[in-house]
Amino acid sequence: MKAIRNYLDKIKPQFQKGGKYEKFHSTFDAFETFLFVPDRVTHTGSHIRDALDMKRTMTMVIIALIPTLLFGIWNAGYQFYLSQGQEAGFWTIVWEGFLRVLPIIVVSYVTGLAIEFAFAQARGHEVNEGFLVSGMLIPLVMPVNIPLWMVAVATAFAVIIGKEAFGGTGMNVFNPALLARAFIFFAYPGDITGDKVWVAGLTTGQAVDGFSGATPLAHAAAYQIDQIPPLHDLFLGFIPGSIGETSKLAIFIGAAILIITGIGSWKIMFSALLGGLTMSYIFNLVGANPYMEIPPLTQIMMGSFLFGIVYMATDPVSAAQTEKGKYIYGFLIGLFSIMIRVFNPAYPEGTMLAILLMNTFAPLIDHYVVEANISKRMKRSAKLTNA
Amino acid sequence: MKEPLFSPKNLKLLTGPLNLNNPITVQVLGICSALAVTVQLKPAIVMALSVTVVTGFSNLIISLMRNTIPPRIRIIVQLVVIAALVIIVDQVLKAFVYDVSKKLSVFVGLIITNCIVMGRLEAFAMAEKPWRSFLDGIGNGAGYGLILITVGFFRELLGSGKLFGMQVVPQFLYEIGYKDNGLMILPPMALITIGIIIWIQRSVNRELIDKS
Repeated sequence: MKAIRNYLDKIKPQFQKGGKYEKFHSTFDAFETFLFVPDRVTHTGSHIRDALDMKRTMTMVIIALIPTLLFGIWNAGYQFYLSQGQEAGFWTIVWEGFLRVLPIIVVSYVTGLAIEFAFAQARGHEVNEGFLVSGMLIPLVMPVNIPLWMVAVATAFAVIIGKEAFGGTGMNVFNPALLARAFIFFAYPGDITGDKVWVAGLTTGQAVDGFSGATPLAHAAAYQIDQIPPLHDLFLGFIPGSIGETSKLAIFIGAAILIITGIGSWKIMFSALLGGLTMSYIFNLVGANPYMEIPPLTQIMMGSFLFGIVYMATDPVSAAQTEKGKYIYGFLIGLFSIMIRVFNPAYPEGTMLAILLMNTFAPLIDHYVVEANISKRMKRSAKLTNA
Repeated sequence: MKEPLFSPKNLKLLTGPLNLNNPITVQVLGICSALAVTVQLKPAIVMALSVTVVTGFSNLIISLMRNTIPPRIRIIVQLVVIAALVIIVDQVLKAFVYDVSKKLSVFVGLIITNCIVMGRLEAFAMAEKPWRSFLDGIGNGAGYGLILITVGFFRELLGSGKLFGMQVVPQFLYEIGYKDNGLMILPPMALITIGIIIWIQRSVNRELIDKS
């Protein structure tokens, strides 16, 4: 540690004003603050001083994502050997999954960070850590068979159009990781929908008889309700699906970490869950087709509903900011997620579209919550002065 | 002393709308048709030419009549002129490039309501001499066309791998896994493409950035 610190101190003057590498100041700054907590603190105004800066917040989210990532890696291998009808040991499975998932993560990070650094350099900003989380979320919402160049193109699109065009980290209207997924969903639909893309090797190779690779959502959309795996499989995640979404257990662990550390808003998660359950229950009452009759608990265990409301809907930048607004925002995400997937089976992943839709409306919700509060207090003060 | 036909001042009428005073990217007019007809390059070019003809000649005609048009009914007079020109253009397209005319469908007729045409008549032709008005109309039509053709170029190239309907993305790229981008064919991507053009244009010409 000491050696690194000394080395950084030695080369630091070259990156400061007038130094040889002044142009690369933001790059140097990014590495320095990544390795060491910066010693500069806010010294004007009354701020709460806390060690939890943006880098630490982002790191915490990454930690919360680790359970889903580890399970995703194992499941990628597990599904592969299942489709081949072979038995394999635990480490063989993990190694296979690791080889399938790692390239996607690397491509996502390299593309995104390269663009972030380039923009920070060009604008003379400090490099922000916003992409640390997006770069991890992008692989987790991809099918394991996604071509790597598509990941690169989608990441570039999400970072440039979704983030940098609006002014960089903290200014984005939409969640960048979901934008990347939506981009692939509309640009290359064949590679992110269907039965073949969720299990490694199935797009090119052959599976044993009786293995379909269809996700629970695909079964539901085809009204093959009896084909949907039992609840405990859905919960533990031994099913095909996007890399990070399958295990609800891992997602609950992540959600617990986010809620205990206070980084993810429990209000959004809770109200979104409530919204999803409400909508499924309403569909149960209507019962116009087999999809609507799926019990609420199964309904929310399918697809990326839980993954979306825990990691994506709670993104502090694109979510509603007011406390009351968070309830409305979350509830509508839950409601629309189930509504979109049931009404339009061509869009199996209703969660993605619901969150992007509500991202658009988050500022509007906030506006009306603030306005309502103002008018409430105006009335109260008018009452007091009249009395 | 008589001013030469292409004096620097007159030339500016032609070149201004191409960049610093572009009707689409700076004045943000005529967006609707720019989104609708730019899926392929050929309709985009035909549309660009049609609009240029209409803006040029309607500017010229209105400018010739500008002293005789009663101000209270000027909009109606302008519309009659524009509508007549659009019908001529429509007939010519149907006669010579029928397939493109079918693709453009209603959007040829909708040139009548294109804000650029009406805007130039009101803002320029009603107060300027015929030759200058004509140049201004051609310039604005060309500025509109420039953006249309740029957007059409990228949308057809990336969306279907073709230009003018001819395959340009080589077959071996498809064989190693390249795929056409389906989003490029959908209207949202036209909007985003125009957004990117505006972004690039403003980074190059910093005087276009709003002060506020």
